[in-house]
Amino acid sequence: MTAFLDIHLRRNNRALLAWLVLGGLLVYFLHIHPRGASIGVLSAWANQGTALAFLAVGQTIVVMSRGVDLSIGPIMALTNCLASHLVNGGPLELAFGIAIVVLAGAVCGAINGIVVVVGKIQPIIATLATGAIYSGFALIIRPIPGGSIDETLSELTTGDLAGILPSSIVVLLVLVCLFWLPVSKASLGRSIVAVGSSEQAAYMSGLKVDRAKIAAYTLGGIFASFSGLFIGFQTLSGDPSIGLPYTLNSIAAVVIGGTALTGGAGSVLGSIAGALILRTIGSLIFFTGLPPLAQPLFEGTVLLVAVAFGATRLLRINNRLEVFQ
Amino acid sequence: MTEGSSFLALTDVTKTYGGVNALKSVCFEARRGSIHAILGENGAGKSTLMKVLAGVTQPDSGAIRLQGDNVTFANPADAAAKGIVCIFQELSIIPDLSVAENICLTQPPKTAFGLIDRKAQDRLAARVLKQMGCGEGIDTRSRCADLPLSKRQIVEIAKAIVQKPDVLILDEATSALTASDVGPVMDLLRRMRDDGACILFISHRMHEIEALADTCSVFRNGEHVSTFASGAKTHDEIVQLMIGKPISQVYPDKPAEVPVAPPYLDIHDLRWGDQLKGVSLSLRPGEIVGLGGLDGQGQQEVLLAIAGVLRGTTGTVRINGRPAVHRGPKGGKGSDMRIALIPEDRKTQGLFLSLSVRDNLTVSMLDRLSRYAVVDRPGEKALVGRMIDLLKIKTDNADVAVGTLSGGNQQKVVLAKWLATDPKLLLLMDPTRGIDVGTKQEIYRLLRRLAGDGLAILFHSTDYDELIGLCDRALIMYDGRVASTLSGPSLNEHNILSSALNLSHDNSGRETAAPTAALAEGLA
Repeated sequence: MTAFLDIHLRRNNRALLAWLVLGGLLVYFLHIHPRGASIGVLSAWANQGTALAFLAVGQTIVVMSRGVDLSIGPIMALTNCLASHLVNGGPLELAFGIAIVVLAGAVCGAINGIVVVVGKIQPIIATLATGAIYSGFALIIRPIPGGSIDETLSELTTGDLAGILPSSIVVLLVLVCLFWLPVSKASLGRSIVAVGSSEQAAYMSGLKVDRAKIAAYTLGGIFASFSGLFIGFQTLSGDPSIGLPYTLNSIAAVVIGGTALTGGAGSVLGSIAGALILRTIGSLIFFTGLPPLAQPLFEGTVLLVAVAFGATRLLRINNRLEVFQ
Repeated sequence: MTEGSSFLALTDVTKTYGGVNALKSVCFEARRGSIHAILGENGAGKSTLMKVLAGVTQPDSGAIRLQGDNVTFANPADAAAKGIVCIFQELSIIPDLSVAENICLTQPPKTAFGLIDRKAQDRLAARVLKQMGCGEGIDTRSRCADLPLSKRQIVEIAKAIVQKPDVLILDEATSALTASDVGPVMDLLRRMRDDGACILFISHRMHEIEALADTCSVFRNGEHVSTFASGAKTHDEIVQLMIGKPISQVYPDKPAEVPVAPPYLDIHDLRWGDQLKGVSLSLRPGEIVGLGGLDGQGQQEVLLAIAGVLRGTTGTVRINGRPAVHRGPKGGKGSDMRIALIPEDRKTQGLFLSLSVRDNLTVSMLDRLSRYAVVDRPGEKALVGRMIDLLKIKTDNADVAVGTLSGGNQQKVVLAKWLATDPKLLLLMDPTRGIDVGTKQEIYRLLRRLAGDGLAILFHSTDYDELIGLCDRALIMYDGRVASTLSGPSLNEHNILSSALNLSHDNSGRETAAPTAALAEGLA
């Protein structure tokens, strides 16, 4: 058992560290918040970070397959705009609308995967291009911010659960448990990790390499659509340019959460912590009275420290050849 | 189809890579319940044959029949579905997954919900490792990237046999194993044969083939030359079949006179971490000095330390009488040191596989070939032509990607690239590993000639035959120290082995006989 714990911690120690840092930041945030620690403050804090956390989860899955998704922000914007048209009306219409929105995210992600696999185009370029296309569609279906989204659903997802837990976090965790946990425990999840760790070995082992990659991007698109839906519940409208700052922040959240961009391993939970850390920094700056313009500076510093932490291994290496591995 | 008749048959299989015929109309048959050894030099077509059978590449023409039915494989998964599984040299290990996850990667045990059953997976992996008889000390939950090479190779073998293949292909699968693990793996292969499997066994180790194979097939230049029952031909006859002509003397004559020039390289009490524990040696221009011993006794680290790749070494390294300032390979090729290091892994450290032969040959020389930072094209062309001639590199022209050349020719390019820098000290890390006999012989002659012209050569080899045949002196290392220096008549197999095991020379009685035999198996 101790051996198992040891291995488990060694594999996930950076994700654990991200959660510890988040815990510290959150305690400090609640401490300096003028309204103190209350469920209202906690829910507001969670709502700030949930949209980015959804994207970070999707990005993590793509990064684990040794890819990257630069279209994740545009997919979020596109699905957000779709939601502002479709997620309205009676229960049946709502269910139908949400299903279409999530399906759209899945289709966008699958297209990314197919472009990468069939076109043999590097992920960074492929998703840069598809991202621009998705942004274009978002602008077509909603040229200027507007539309409306069901308010009951909004209150349900952005409020609190029985005064104990922020419901956004609960929704986030439930959806991760529904859409990622089973995959991660099935052959498909293992194939995604295997492809990211060594594509050649995965091919030689007879794994379905192409299917695993497309699946990773599709899951990325699905989680981006959750993000688009959630931001809709927050703002009650659709905005075609909402995704712009989110793409790079999702990659930052992945790295802060302890997942290396080299693929093969990663922690979805760590990335959620990474996303919440980034958002907590923003809130802290607001409440400590630091100039809000300094926010990128602090976020950048945290990102550098996180990356540097991952590179400390290199300081212990005395054989220069191993540095390159 | 009756037992014993051909189970797997190839007819007129041809495969061409960029103008080179890797397989030429090969007809080949293998039976159930037999271990079939495949022999040949590098570039003879063994690996291509195996890749065709495993579905890694597809033949240009010809047919593969399995139990009488024509089959085609689009990828390794197809071949595995038909019961053909290949063991590569740790090519199919996923570094970030655990031992159990790797072993069960292709067909993981599932729970009722279709998810992977981790407990069953751990049990299955542990059972397979136990069945192999050499998996003790491997924790099925540890990450494969954290295992040493020899253990990763065991995982690779376990991963193949867990699929219970009808046809098992081993491509040099035993070369990375430790001596003590080779025996159990050979027993396992015999048991699988007795259970009716068809086993194709590719190896360069003659004694393993002699111990294991029922039938041998020799390939040469992409053609199937001969098939005979194991033991029907002598060692010499087999080697002749492989190279197509009788071998003349493999090693060049050693010079009778000992060089008297002052040492070009002088090392005193070199230490690094717990891997080098006080190494001293000196090397004169014109000398070829070997570094041998069991794997991982510090031989590689000595060469890396001289080349300035290691940080935090202590002790003195003098080059040409002056203390060496360590600046890595970049500083080493400067006019004050003139060091050339031929790295261990030619595919990752020695070459840029996707770049042309020309680019590879001149990459370390660009500063000297350039005027005002512009590469002198005629000068470059002349140099490339000279190096291709000097090393007899077999290539259509200098513009083909170096990755398309055979292993032996690739190694020649690595050598040429560094010889072009006109070094005074050549550090070689196992330069003949995985290279065919003919190319080896050419490289030996070249090294001896260069030594005659005043080059100092430090030669790390895992092949004790090479140390004896080529080197003027051999330093045998044990646990980070030079255990003994052998030269002249004392440079022989017995002394190398006993030094490598850190036994004193005169104590060659009964106690040393058993480990020496085991070691001989491991080193050969």
